[in-house]
Amino acid sequence: MSAFRNPFDYKVRLNRGGCSCGCHHSQAEHDHAEVLERQAVQDRAVESAIMRAMFPQDEVRRRFLKAVGGSTAMAAIASVFPLAAAKEAFAETLGPLEKTKLSVGFIPITCATPIIMAHPLGYYAKYGLDVEVVKTAGWAVIRDKSLAGEYDAAHMLSPMPLAITVGAGANPIPWTMPAVENINGQAITLAMKHKDRRDPKDWKGFRFAVPFDYSMHNYLLRYYLAEHGIDPDRDVSIRSVPPPEMVANLRADNIDGFLAPDPVNQRAVYDGVGFIHILSKEIWDGHPCCAFAASREFVTTMPNTYQALLKAILDATAYARKPENRREIAAAIAPTNYLNQPVTVVEQVLTGTYADGLGNVVRNPERIDFDPFPYESFAIWILTQMKRWGQISGDVDYAKVAREVFLATDATRLMKEVGMEPPADPVKAFSVMGKEFDPSQPEAYIDSFAIRRS
Amino acid sequence: MNAKRPWLAPLLSLVFFAVFVGLWHLGTKQTVGEVIVDPEYAALIGAAAATGGQSAMPGPVDVAVKLWEHISDPFYDRGTNDKGIGIQLGHSIARVLVGFGLAALVAIPLGFVIGMSPLVYKALDPFIQVLKPISPLAWMPLALYTIKDSGISAIFVIFICSLWPMLINTAFGVAAVRKDWLNVARTLEVSRLRTAFQVILPAAAPTIMTGMRISVGIAWLVIVAAEMLVGGTGIGYFVWNEWNNLSIANIISAILFIGLIGMVLDNTLARLGRAVTYKE
Repeated sequence: MSAFRNPFDYKVRLNRGGCSCGCHHSQAEHDHAEVLERQAVQDRAVESAIMRAMFPQDEVRRRFLKAVGGSTAMAAIASVFPLAAAKEAFAETLGPLEKTKLSVGFIPITCATPIIMAHPLGYYAKYGLDVEVVKTAGWAVIRDKSLAGEYDAAHMLSPMPLAITVGAGANPIPWTMPAVENINGQAITLAMKHKDRRDPKDWKGFRFAVPFDYSMHNYLLRYYLAEHGIDPDRDVSIRSVPPPEMVANLRADNIDGFLAPDPVNQRAVYDGVGFIHILSKEIWDGHPCCAFAASREFVTTMPNTYQALLKAILDATAYARKPENRREIAAAIAPTNYLNQPVTVVEQVLTGTYADGLGNVVRNPERIDFDPFPYESFAIWILTQMKRWGQISGDVDYAKVAREVFLATDATRLMKEVGMEPPADPVKAFSVMGKEFDPSQPEAYIDSFAIRRS
Repeated sequence: MNAKRPWLAPLLSLVFFAVFVGLWHLGTKQTVGEVIVDPEYAALIGAAAATGGQSAMPGPVDVAVKLWEHISDPFYDRGTNDKGIGIQLGHSIARVLVGFGLAALVAIPLGFVIGMSPLVYKALDPFIQVLKPISPLAWMPLALYTIKDSGISAIFVIFICSLWPMLINTAFGVAAVRKDWLNVARTLEVSRLRTAFQVILPAAAPTIMTGMRISVGIAWLVIVAAEMLVGGTGIGYFVWNEWNNLSIANIISAILFIGLIGMVLDNTLARLGRAVTYKE
């Protein structure tokens, strides 16, 4: 296999742009070659092991081979020993799971759909894992339990692995985010009494809730308010309230509104407490929200378990992407063991046919979607917002942190293995409220905002 | 107390209960309003929201139905996050007993030392005075961070909250043993250890039991809040999970169970306290 061609040889042609190693004409050819190569290596390993067992002394083996010839010897051995079966068995057991009983924490919101549904719909079992999905009371608890190693992996908000890694709000510990759970699927909900105050410019003095300081919700709400000239620190107050307590607080008139994950928004409508002002997709269509996260230690010390777990999640995500499966998923995750919500509430969130709280039935199939790919540009945007609002300071190596935390390479490989189509480029350009974001110029992006803390 | 009519007090209790339930029923009675939105929309929202209101407090009948559901099937197990109320209560009681037991193991010997030695008492007093008024839940983040195990953290919080009443009461009880008795023991040349076990312990036992009774009450108050914070199992988690679902009827059922168990714990220790009380 010519994996390493000499790039200093004028006779060698480096296929620029053909594939990632430059030796093949296309990425598909590269992947095919890689699989064949891996198989060949495995087969060789099995054959060597058998030969070593049969001929403890290497000299004897060599004399035997010299006498009868390599291919005859191989045929002779194959006739008494099931060589092919041994190779196959070896290929299957390659990478035994280091651990099969895992504990994965989640917060009862629809963002965690792939993590939760993988349990009742059997995706964990499919990959040989016995996963216990544990409902957790809040983001700070999920962070502490993850840091303490009680959870092998957990549902986190996508800024959390970045915050843990750079040490904002906790001691810096290398954390990873191999997959995004969902995109879109959040909303700004306001109390019923504000149904005639839809212009954000009238919101001075409002009390808002977001699920956590290090959340997309916090950054999106701040972005939205700032774009409308409201300073999120001075003109309004934003506090962090665990999602399940938001509706109760809205009802008790402790807050005027929230940017929250579902089913909280839909639940406020269901109980006649609030109405949906806008969906988060109207701020940034395709924004990441929650994530599947694990410590770097877990990823490196248990690579096979990590990959099996990630594959189960990716597989579940692929299933959740299809609109026709959403009703079944809603019914599977609504019971007390998981979200503990009325089925209709979860169904409205997942299908995008919902009551908005003002008497209209809205049809918006993209209300929530599931795209597991952790684009590095998402991480860079999140880091710019952390810096913009003063959560981190000093110089940040945006691209490096993004690459280390958002494991795009693993996602690409495993998405292919479960039959999904990963994007070619781990960096994607996007715009938030019509403003372009250039991931290569993060500092200039921060400076372009009038309202900022840094 | 009217000795001639012992049934009077229970009867009065029943009357109070009936009045309370009656008022509750009247206060929460749903006025069946007109559905003011179109049927397609109404199907997507709660019954109260469809009539233009908010979903209201459940009435006594709703709660009774829920209560019966819990009583008739208290030990079901439908997965990690959905267990019957009996199992949840069991987890909470176990946590309280372990935390309380550990606290007793520390507090009673330490209280003895403090009570018997004025020097140690004065040396430890500032620490006790500062640590005593700290809300046990304030320890939770610290415990989670250092112990790194949510189950043990919850037990630690119970431990720390039940420690102080027992410690202070034991010290007080030991210090307040009548000097005459100690003098008699000394005259008879009883060893210090024997004095501690055969004179001071019986004399201080009622005060120690009072401290334990206060402690177990506090521990039972705190466990609900602690479990709401860490989640997982226990009656506190149950309340939190139903709060999630805004199911007030379930929360009221849980509150009733919490009250009943608290009463049983308190009564048990009150009985133990009476058993060690002596008459002079």
